[in-house]
Amino acid sequence: MAQSNGTDVRLMKGNEALAEAALRAGMQAYFGYPITPQSEVMEYLTMHAPEHPGVVILQAESELAAINMVYGAAGAGARVMISSSSPGISLMQEGLSYMTSAQLPALVVNVQRGGPGLGTIQPSQGDYFQAVKGGGHGDYRLIVLAPASVQEMVDFVFDAFRLTEKYRNPAMILADGALGQMMEKVALPPVGSLPRSAAPWATVGKPATRERNIVTSLFIQPERMEQINLQLQAKYRTLEKEEVRCEQLQMEDADFALVAFGLTSRICQKAMELARQKGIRVGLIRPITLYPFPSAVIRKAAGQVEAFVTVEMNAGQMVEDVRLAVDGTRPVHFTGRMGGMIPTPEEILAKIEAVVAEPSLQHA
Amino acid sequence: MKEPDVIEGMEVVYRKPQTLTATPMHYCPGCSHGVVHKILMEVVDEMGIQDKTVGVAPVGCSVFAYDYMNVDMQEAAHGRASAVATGIRRVLPDTYVFAYQGDGDLAAIGTGETVHTVNRGENILMVFINNGIYGMTGGQMAPTSLLGMKTSTSPYGREAAVNGYPLRITELLAQLPGAYYVTRQSVHTTAAVRKCKKAIEASFRYQTEKRGTCFIEVVANCPSGWKMTPNEANDWLEKNMFPYYPIGDIKAPKQ
Ligand SMILES: Cc1ncc(C[n+]2csc(CCOP(=O)(O)OP(=O)(O)O)c2C)c(N)n1
Ligand code: SF4
Repeated sequence: MAQSNGTDVRLMKGNEALAEAALRAGMQAYFGYPITPQSEVMEYLTMHAPEHPGVVILQAESELAAINMVYGAAGAGARVMISSSSPGISLMQEGLSYMTSAQLPALVVNVQRGGPGLGTIQPSQGDYFQAVKGGGHGDYRLIVLAPASVQEMVDFVFDAFRLTEKYRNPAMILADGALGQMMEKVALPPVGSLPRSAAPWATVGKPATRERNIVTSLFIQPERMEQINLQLQAKYRTLEKEEVRCEQLQMEDADFALVAFGLTSRICQKAMELARQKGIRVGLIRPITLYPFPSAVIRKAAGQVEAFVTVEMNAGQMVEDVRLAVDGTRPVHFTGRMGGMIPTPEEILAKIEAVVAEPSLQHA
Repeated sequence: MKEPDVIEGMEVVYRKPQTLTATPMHYCPGCSHGVVHKILMEVVDEMGIQDKTVGVAPVGCSVFAYDYMNVDMQEAAHGRASAVATGIRRVLPDTYVFAYQGDGDLAAIGTGETVHTVNRGENILMVFINNGIYGMTGGQMAPTSLLGMKTSTSPYGREAAVNGYPLRITELLAQLPGAYYVTRQSVHTTAAVRKCKKAIEASFRYQTEKRGTCFIEVVANCPSGWKMTPNEANDWLEKNMFPYYPIGDIKAPKQ
């Protein structure tokens, strides 16, 4: 259904909505390799590419080749996307390390599945550490956005392209198999709504009027390599200052805070409702940018709530960042499921009730 | 101070190509890399395509190729030059793109990318420097090291039963329909340099026809890795490398 402002409203699967968003966002090239639960991204793109002349969609022989094609295309100044799921993202870590050092923009989508190893094709958040702590070798970060709805699978494509190009650092959309597969109503922005700023550093052929452009991650002199590292760190400090995004629900009167991202944040909303029906005042903090992490919001909440409960579909990864932010001033608990299992609102409620009942929280 | 272009009373009959920078090369004396860099850039100069050329450097001794070649360049991860070149060429379809790789880079760690790049018939030039050894890391065995060849990781000589056979990847690639022009050259004599340059020229021209991948293997020396003087290395090359890696076109377009 087309709206007067050029927006289309449709019922779409997360993976397909993301692919459509990428085309509308002016993506110029996509490289990928099939893997469940995100194969619909490349399927959708190959099907709809003819509607967008000039857009390159290429199925590579591996994720390793694909990420290096992304390196080449991004270095040549194109707006590029790559998508995969956990095992494939592991294969890309070398390339991502090189791309952060060479300061190349690109959008990487991880529709996570349960691991480790070949694991399962069911949804997971087990790649949090890999996504937000670097993942490959060396001191670097990815800009990481965690959608919690099909609408955000669309919106974050635009946000991530904007951020990756502004900071010349790869950005990642960290979704999961459920977000990729579920259908929801989405509003799709019009084509051409995301302008591309110039990339004077790109390798497009050297005219007589400028020095040659070199895209490289090799800085053999340690003094120079340290300078590059300082540049990267300065960029990360700016990101931490300017680009943190976080949603807070019912935190105004909360005595307890749930902290969850992506799909689990939606399950937490239901758990929060159940807890409030029982008279426990629970609020929810949902980090939207996982890197930069909303540490300040959590630190501030520590002055208000009695305890935190972090909920994740993993063994407890983001909880470490919550603990760092809280810095020992309040208890930080964890509950979660692993290996492709999704926690239920009742399980989360049971954890909240156990925390409420802890002797350390019983005031004299 | 700008150097005088011409010494008074003398005529310029030969000069460094404009597309080579003034940076002194770090290659060992007699090494093939420098010669191949020079003829590659001479072709770019003579064809007047500096503003339409993008190169990809490998990981290996020629990792700093972009310090010497005055064209836009990208430095790829070890083995991934042809994937990087694919990415460039796909988004810049009217650009001349070349990837420059050693044997460890192209025929060991990057074999998958190499085979699939050629199989897709990417319209790029792949220059493959086969010196039968890992030069940069200090002379370890390469996939192309000859049987019996002593290297730092085959100190008693390469043994087929342990290390397999020297890989003739160029013959393998020539089988692929995506390969348009596949040739094996060398640069150890003036005549060989001229022939190799012709092959490079032809490959750049073929790129505009968009008919598939051009692949030039250069059977090269590595005096340091082989522990020989440059002259000894060139003799050894003729005697030992050529019988296993015969020079000439393997797949040439019908004229
Ligand atoms: C992933 C990775 N593994 C290993 C290396 C170390 N390494 C650097 S160059 C090289 C081999 C180079 O040999 P070759 O490609 O034959 O080029 P040459 O130096 O002989 O020109 C290796 C193994 C690396 N840089 N990256
Ligand atoms: S080590 Fe070998 S390949 Fe490397 S520069 Fe020296 S001679 Fe050339």
